[in-house]
Amino acid sequence: MTDTIEPAVAEPLALSDSPENAIAWERVPYNAADYGPVSDFATDFDHADKAYNANAPEVWKELRDSGCPVAHSDRYGGMWTPITHEAVNDVAYDTENFTSRSVVVSHARPGDAAIPAPIGVVPPISSDPPFHNLARRLLLPPFAPKQIEPWEDEIRALCTRLLDEMGDITPGDTIVDAAIQYAQHIPVNVIGRMLGFPEADEALFREFVHNTLETINAPTADRQENFQKLDAYLDAQVQDHIDNPREDLTDYLLNVELGGEKLSQEHVRGSIVLLLIAGIDTTWSAIGSSLWHLAQTPADLERLHDEPEVMTFALEEFLRAYAPVTMARMVAKDVDFHGCPMKKDDWVLLPFPAANRDPRVFEDADQFIIDRESNRHAAFGLGIHRCLGSNLARLELKVAIEEFVKRFPKFELAGDVSWSVGQIRGPRVLPVRILETA
Amino acid sequence: MAVSWCGSNFGPYSPGMRVHLDVEKCQGHNRCYALAPELFDVDDYGQAVLLGDGSVTPDLEDKARLAASNCPEYAITITDS
Repeated sequence: MTDTIEPAVAEPLALSDSPENAIAWERVPYNAADYGPVSDFATDFDHADKAYNANAPEVWKELRDSGCPVAHSDRYGGMWTPITHEAVNDVAYDTENFTSRSVVVSHARPGDAAIPAPIGVVPPISSDPPFHNLARRLLLPPFAPKQIEPWEDEIRALCTRLLDEMGDITPGDTIVDAAIQYAQHIPVNVIGRMLGFPEADEALFREFVHNTLETINAPTADRQENFQKLDAYLDAQVQDHIDNPREDLTDYLLNVELGGEKLSQEHVRGSIVLLLIAGIDTTWSAIGSSLWHLAQTPADLERLHDEPEVMTFALEEFLRAYAPVTMARMVAKDVDFHGCPMKKDDWVLLPFPAANRDPRVFEDADQFIIDRESNRHAAFGLGIHRCLGSNLARLELKVAIEEFVKRFPKFELAGDVSWSVGQIRGPRVLPVRILETA
Repeated sequence: MAVSWCGSNFGPYSPGMRVHLDVEKCQGHNRCYALAPELFDVDDYGQAVLLGDGSVTPDLEDKARLAASNCPEYAITITDS
């Protein structure tokens, strides 16, 4: 790596209708009118439909009950969605037929001029074997359990501060927004600190995440412009770390070696994009969904408050029942999958949250059982792409719920909830009325 | 069911329970280490490591079962000999 980072691509990207020489290409021309409400999720599946995230468990149940293990859609130029645990598992384990080259479905597909597999744009999540293992092993040590455990006190202090900042609470009267005033601040603050980025830029990070994950039905050119903004921001941060070295994750990425050489500029930036995007609204969503559940289930709230040790199992049950992350793959070569004729470059969604509700694997799968002892949930994925940040996410989720429940032993839903749009599922607006304070 | 015999406090147990870890299947979900740290450790990459030779003392049998039944990758198995 040179000492100066080249500026991000400044040229407007020419969109192509084929992958040749293109950074991004559209299989069918984008047309906003194609994206009306879904009438039948089996044949016209769209995870960005406004009604999907609010009703996802019902959608999955309907598809399973109608005997549809894999839904299809012509949207996004062709997309498949396996629903059963078995089908999700089969895609996740099959890295020959399904590439991770892009893991966020949108109208644009990465073209030949995009950083190709096996490296991909955001390694290692976008990498395929055998490169995947090399890129992943670089990032595993900083996220291993024993490296993450020491963050607990800081996360607890952050949660306490956020609760303090809610100001005076009048039980039975005060309404707080558990998503906006609490959940959304926790992961962004922690990953920003780990990367050594300015705390003042938190809102900007959330904007980047929103642009990447929640605007998939925007025109491709707009999305590319947003990605360029993100790249330019990160290049400036990386340059600042080169000029002023300090001990953090960015510095680690700048200095770690792969095959005796430092990482390329694209690899460093791509991995930071991954850490920033993947770590923020995923965990924020899990915290929000868990508090949403507790706000409507006084018995579980009381149990968690009175028997804090039940958290060992409750934490995993929150992750199973309200898993936030649906990943995606692209079909690498034409393949017949569970009777579906999948074509090269078709999208495949990987809804781990749907797999977690499959009654063939989980008893009473649609019931939240706070002390469920046997729980092989797939919230962090299955196979080689198991969420790199799972130990951090689990710690943030645990501490965030513990501190909220300790401070507010009783609270209830106090208005309309608004859900995210797209592959990450969680409440974005979550008004709760505080009924009791510690 | 707790049964005492010969005046001891030992209940019935499977004298030869063993826990096995398939390191090829492990993806570092870290569930076993969280649920049964007496039987599993994790290495610097977050991958599970079996402590000892896999033999499980009676007081740890429940934890061994929990570790097995919470592994998303089915990397942990239990045998009784």
